[in-house]
Amino acid sequence: MKIEILQDSLCGCFQLVHLTLKHFQYFQVGSIEEAISLLEKHGEEAKIIAGGTDLVPKLKARETEPKYVVDISGIKDLNCIEDYREGLKVGAVTTYDTLNRSPLIMRKAPVLAEAAREVGNVQIRNLGTIGGNLANASPAADTVPPLIVSRANLKIIGPGKERLIPVENFFPSANASVLEKDELLADIQIPDMPANTGEAFIKLGRRAGPDLSIASVAVALTLDGDICKDVRIALGSVGPTALRARKTEDLLRGEKVERKVLEECSEIVANEIKPISDVRASAEHRIEVTKSLVRNAVQIAMSRGGRGR
Amino acid sequence: MSEVELRFVLNGKPVRAFVKPNLTLLDLLRDDFKLTGTKKGCDRGDCGTCTVLLDEKPVNSCLILAPKVNGRKVTTIEGLGEASRLDPLQESFVNFKAVQCGFCSPGMLLVAKALLNENSHPSREEVKRAISGNLCRCTGYTQIIDAIMAAAERTTSR
Repeated sequence: MKIEILQDSLCGCFQLVHLTLKHFQYFQVGSIEEAISLLEKHGEEAKIIAGGTDLVPKLKARETEPKYVVDISGIKDLNCIEDYREGLKVGAVTTYDTLNRSPLIMRKAPVLAEAAREVGNVQIRNLGTIGGNLANASPAADTVPPLIVSRANLKIIGPGKERLIPVENFFPSANASVLEKDELLADIQIPDMPANTGEAFIKLGRRAGPDLSIASVAVALTLDGDICKDVRIALGSVGPTALRARKTEDLLRGEKVERKVLEECSEIVANEIKPISDVRASAEHRIEVTKSLVRNAVQIAMSRGGRGR
Repeated sequence: MSEVELRFVLNGKPVRAFVKPNLTLLDLLRDDFKLTGTKKGCDRGDCGTCTVLLDEKPVNSCLILAPKVNGRKVTTIEGLGEASRLDPLQESFVNFKAVQCGFCSPGMLLVAKALLNENSHPSREEVKRAISGNLCRCTGYTQIIDAIMAAAERTTSR
């Protein structure tokens, strides 16, 4: 049947072409070791699946055509939120919904709960995982800016090796991660925030409700009285990877955060990003949005820090 | 190509199936089990019309590889009520004329069911948030939200 001739015609109702997935062999693994040994054996022909919210559409679109699909969502060791050293540890297959409901996350990394609540819609939050959000490496990934301001480290496990790297070093370029083909992202380790730190995450999509962000910002700000003792600001969707707004941070550090300083923040952050124009927003719009998101997020973080969280 | 054996609970009954792993849960339900109440809309997780409950939680069945449901519990719209004994939500959708073409209704009803199971008297905002992953192109959303609010009131006042 010739369906190619219809490919330029849109159908809003029943879709002209339902894509079927190419054949692959499927492994539901029960342990990290089992997953690693499959990755080691099959290399680039294997793909990891957890929630599937990013991989399944890619399989349908034939963007990736693995021969082996390794489902890690049933690995119990990767499904946890627990106290760990001076902080907490979140397993890679923890869903957004679980993050959003966890009292421990609320207490120790509220900015992550705030972001998890904003991902997609309820159906996506019940499936999608934090590890998948990271490994998929979208510049618009909602959990990344919060993890950057939280100084999170990622534990990566490979055959007979293990490494821990800061989340900021995980994304070498757009849509890429440092994961080798035989490696697995196992967990995310988040150290406790200093006292008097307030956090905030804000994203703006094209509409309220589920949408990819056109810009997002996370802030963690530590107060000493009414002086900003330390601050970290991370931006999403305005560069090839999520990035720190270091000049804006420098401006705030040591300052009493007043209206004038907030206005200056907006100007400075506009100069440290070079977003692209795409289907979601123009570069100019992204800059304007980021200016106001940063101002608002700093203000919210400050008021939360002032309440002694 | 090797098939995978699945055993899971479908609408309250234990079932068994042999599937190719590249089958989605949506296609398994529609083509193998002939449960065509679950609709195929965008087939990429954007429209919500393929929503089913997996262990009581709403998910997009188009984003799930069939082998994932092994050992779990799946509820489709066919498991919600019967023609002679509608679920209060279904009755309410009828009363409020919250159905026009009907394509989004199975998904809407199942997210609403999951919401009310967890939160028996949600605010209007909570209802809107719950159905934000489900597109309706006919009625607008007002009647649907009204119907869910009324069903919640009816259930709690019983």
